[in-house]
Amino acid sequence: MISMTPRKDISMQRTVLTPVFSVLLTLCVGAGIFAVLGYDPSAALYQFFVAPLSRPDQVADLFVKACPLIIIATGLAFCYRANVWNIGAEGQIVMGAVCAGGVALFFPAIPDLLMMPAMIIAAMAGGMALAFIPGILKTRFNTNEILVSLMLTYVAALFIDWLVRGPWRDPESFGFPLTKSYGDAALIQRVELPGIGTIGQLHWGVVAALLLAVAAYFVMSKTVFGFQVKVMGDAPRAGRFSGFNPARTTLGVLCLSGACAGVAGMVEVSANMGQLQPEVSFGYGFTAIIVAFLARLNPLGVIMAGLVVALAELGGDRAQMALGMPKVVTGLFTGILLFLLLAGETFNRYHVQINWPRFDQLKSGQLKSGQLKSDEEG
Amino acid sequence: MKLNKFVVILGVVVVAGLAFIMTSQKPTEKEADVSADKQVKVGFVYLTTPGDHGWTYAHEVGRQNVIKHFGDKVVTSYVENVPEGPDAARVIRDMAKQGNDIIFTTSFGYMDPTLKVAQEFPDIKFEHITGYKRAPNMATGNIRFYEGRYVQGVVAGMMTKSNKIGYIASFPIPEVIQGINAFGLGLRSVNKDAEVSVIWVNSWYDPVKEADAAKVHIAEGADILAQHTDSPAMLQTAEKAGVYGFGQSSDMKAFAPKAQLFSSVNNWGIYYIDKIQALIDGSWTTGEGPDHWAGNRWVGMADDYLVLTPFENMPDTVAKAASKAAADIKSGANKIFTGPIRDNNGVEKVPAGKTLNDGELFTTLDYYVEGIVGKIPG
Amino acid sequence: MDALILTVILTSIPLILAATGELIAERSGVLNLGVEGMMLMGAVAAFAITSLSGNPYLGVMAAAAAGAMTAAIFAVFTLGLATNQVATGLALTIFGTGLSGLVGAPFVGGTVDGLQAVSIPVLSDLPVLGRLLFQLDLLAYGAFVMLALVAWFLNKSRAGLILRAVGNNHDSAHALGYSVLRVRCAAVIFGGLMAGLAGAYLPLVLTPHWSEGMTAGRGWIALALVVFASWMPSRILIGALLFGGITIIQLVGQARGWEMPSQFLSMLPYLATIAVLVLISRDRNFALMRAPAHLGRIFIGTR
Repeated sequence: MISMTPRKDISMQRTVLTPVFSVLLTLCVGAGIFAVLGYDPSAALYQFFVAPLSRPDQVADLFVKACPLIIIATGLAFCYRANVWNIGAEGQIVMGAVCAGGVALFFPAIPDLLMMPAMIIAAMAGGMALAFIPGILKTRFNTNEILVSLMLTYVAALFIDWLVRGPWRDPESFGFPLTKSYGDAALIQRVELPGIGTIGQLHWGVVAALLLAVAAYFVMSKTVFGFQVKVMGDAPRAGRFSGFNPARTTLGVLCLSGACAGVAGMVEVSANMGQLQPEVSFGYGFTAIIVAFLARLNPLGVIMAGLVVALAELGGDRAQMALGMPKVVTGLFTGILLFLLLAGETFNRYHVQINWPRFDQLKSGQLKSGQLKSDEEG
Repeated sequence: MKLNKFVVILGVVVVAGLAFIMTSQKPTEKEADVSADKQVKVGFVYLTTPGDHGWTYAHEVGRQNVIKHFGDKVVTSYVENVPEGPDAARVIRDMAKQGNDIIFTTSFGYMDPTLKVAQEFPDIKFEHITGYKRAPNMATGNIRFYEGRYVQGVVAGMMTKSNKIGYIASFPIPEVIQGINAFGLGLRSVNKDAEVSVIWVNSWYDPVKEADAAKVHIAEGADILAQHTDSPAMLQTAEKAGVYGFGQSSDMKAFAPKAQLFSSVNNWGIYYIDKIQALIDGSWTTGEGPDHWAGNRWVGMADDYLVLTPFENMPDTVAKAASKAAADIKSGANKIFTGPIRDNNGVEKVPAGKTLNDGELFTTLDYYVEGIVGKIPG
Repeated sequence: MDALILTVILTSIPLILAATGELIAERSGVLNLGVEGMMLMGAVAAFAITSLSGNPYLGVMAAAAAGAMTAAIFAVFTLGLATNQVATGLALTIFGTGLSGLVGAPFVGGTVDGLQAVSIPVLSDLPVLGRLLFQLDLLAYGAFVMLALVAWFLNKSRAGLILRAVGNNHDSAHALGYSVLRVRCAAVIFGGLMAGLAGAYLPLVLTPHWSEGMTAGRGWIALALVVFASWMPSRILIGALLFGGITIIQLVGQARGWEMPSQFLSMLPYLATIAVLVLISRDRNFALMRAPAHLGRIFIGTR
């Protein structure tokens, strides 16, 4: 009844439009679910997608919320493009935050100007190290990277818990699980525009995230590495014949995505908290997976996608305050969105035709499986 | 029908529908009624959901009491499931911007976010529960939970036949350590042979893990269970296995009518009503003085902030001893942390005649007292 | 001691149920990473229906239905629309976590009378074994029975042969005239049904509560178990008991005052999973020989 034929041309227009359609359809499905559960759908959608944008500082909050998502999803875009499935970004964020925190807390003697670069390098190393484990296990032992990267997420969460409650705890914190506060040089400052001042919580990390996504776009589209990544994802055999080393590319994308996640963890802590606590990431690593897909694994698209998903997250808080809707609804939205995006991808790649069985055929019992087959082949 | 046309038509319908929704919802409805009335607006920030039957439930009962007491003189609202991190600052800031006059943040992890927002909104009063940082418009409040745990220890010591007590703890923060040690002091005041073993589940609310921990305690021979986690799972496991236990934060008798010896109930309503009344009268203060710790409103059974439910499922002699222990604490005859106190290696930590003051309760309890097995993690 | 072993057995039951279902799906060539989401849907359905009707067996049925329906969504997307299985599985987990939280919100803090143990006459009087194996609840017996049935189905039945053929090479199975998608659809839905039952075990037997995300990663461990078992039903039993044992032993260690930070003990199940995955997949030939050859491959053909 449904036939699918691969499209020969993949049009730019369709590529851009499918995610937009997916988002719109998600809103419809979401509204339907709200209605079924007894919430006023229009009020709910209003709270989710309009209310969070009613003040300039709230728009700034949107960018702040999207910041870690954009950074992480940029890295994941490379990974998934190469058909390597790192779903442990949540843990890599934690390790990035821990390593950067280690620099900030235990090497305060680093000159102010060098502090931020040192922390960034440490954060990259931390996230990379955790992502390297599934990478090396996959390339050496053929171990499934999905499960390993996910299991390491739990390990990383417990590790920071131990650090912050144990050896790294601030003796002045009265036994509460907090490290000492970072020095000023280790904090990311808020953006101050001449004449306007600060806008909400908008900080320099947001600017860095946007620049990172743009840079990543050029790496993906203009460099040999980007080409290797795409070849490995689309035609691994062709890649092998042309002399690419798939193991090296696998490790490369995993380390890249780990480094990005690590930086996101560092930015999150330095811009918003200023000290380590048991929880530094609140599901950003998982949410970023959806951002990467919504962006169709394109780093430029990640910016837009990050903002859309962040909007849903902020909207979740609003819906809760205004309508008493539980916060997990955001997850529901993002899950549906991901489903529909993937389906959209199918429509983009294949020419899908639905041949509705004709009523008279059904009635007279002429519809046989053999006939169906010939329909499709024809 | 060609599916592409179908998609296009669907898209048009969706866009039209959404446009309708967005325009039909007037933005004034939910947010504009901020000022213009003389009602006091009170906001609450909750860590979990009021349905947890533990910590947050007790706060929700307090909020209900506020509504009962003040009637339409106050308007209350709350946000649940707010994670302890940068999101908390955003939620608290949002509540401040919506015109709340006083905001109660009900978990330790909201300390720094509350402080940050309090500095941004000097005209709004903030009340942080269980923390130690204050500002001119930010007060702190807490309940002496450990008083109830001393009475639990007395009951456990008299009831146990195996001399093995199982204790399920959440996180090693001062409040929890105070509780374990008070329990140990109460236990050893009546039974020199009984021992307490502690399992840390690293969560406030994880019914599966709490139940597992309870089963392990029982399998290891414990016949009395105590908990510093929030779900009734432990008591239900005790009920099934035919052993006894104590409820947490609220009366959990309904979950375990045969197993619950008594519960220590956190009675936040008094505190909230008191502070809101003070705000109305213009007499609201932070209690700040020369002694930092004295500025913290930290009261317990004597003022009914902590209430013990009736002693049940125990012989009269035990109930009488428990009543006496409770009465001595209320009257101030027993200050609980009075020397001689020895740690579980037999080293004297508090000499005879000395009583730990509030600050010392937070800063010096880095050991288990006699009768507790093992070592404080971290 | 046998009380501890009983706790281990009970902890491993949901893993057995979920892994058995996933094994069938994977043997048909479909990798469904949404086990966690399907388990949560099963858990919330079981709790909600039991608390509304008072009958835990209705709850069990609701859980099976909820799991199967969640899996059907997965089938529609991956089989009907040929979407990427890995990404769709992730979506299913995210979706299931969100929807179960929304549906379950009114039930947080409530409690139910869960499944009661049913003693098997004669056998339950056996010393030690009687208490450990023959005084369980019906869902636990069901887990063992299903495991045995699945083993028989795969190795001895004609339908099982077809299922394996589809998983090993969908093109030749298609050429032989078998409907690849129909077989896979059935396998995926069976997997969802079992995951739903696994979810039901948490609120109906382990602890009579519902809380958001209460499966706490068990769905992922079930996925790892299938790899651990190298796609053979009999080994699921060993693996599940092993993982159950590690979960419980870290609690025992704490109760006995082992001097090791509880966080490190809590890491054990996850680290053990990784170690086992490495051991199993280290021998490339062995792994390739066992794994369904067309696992995770998209089939574009008659639908």
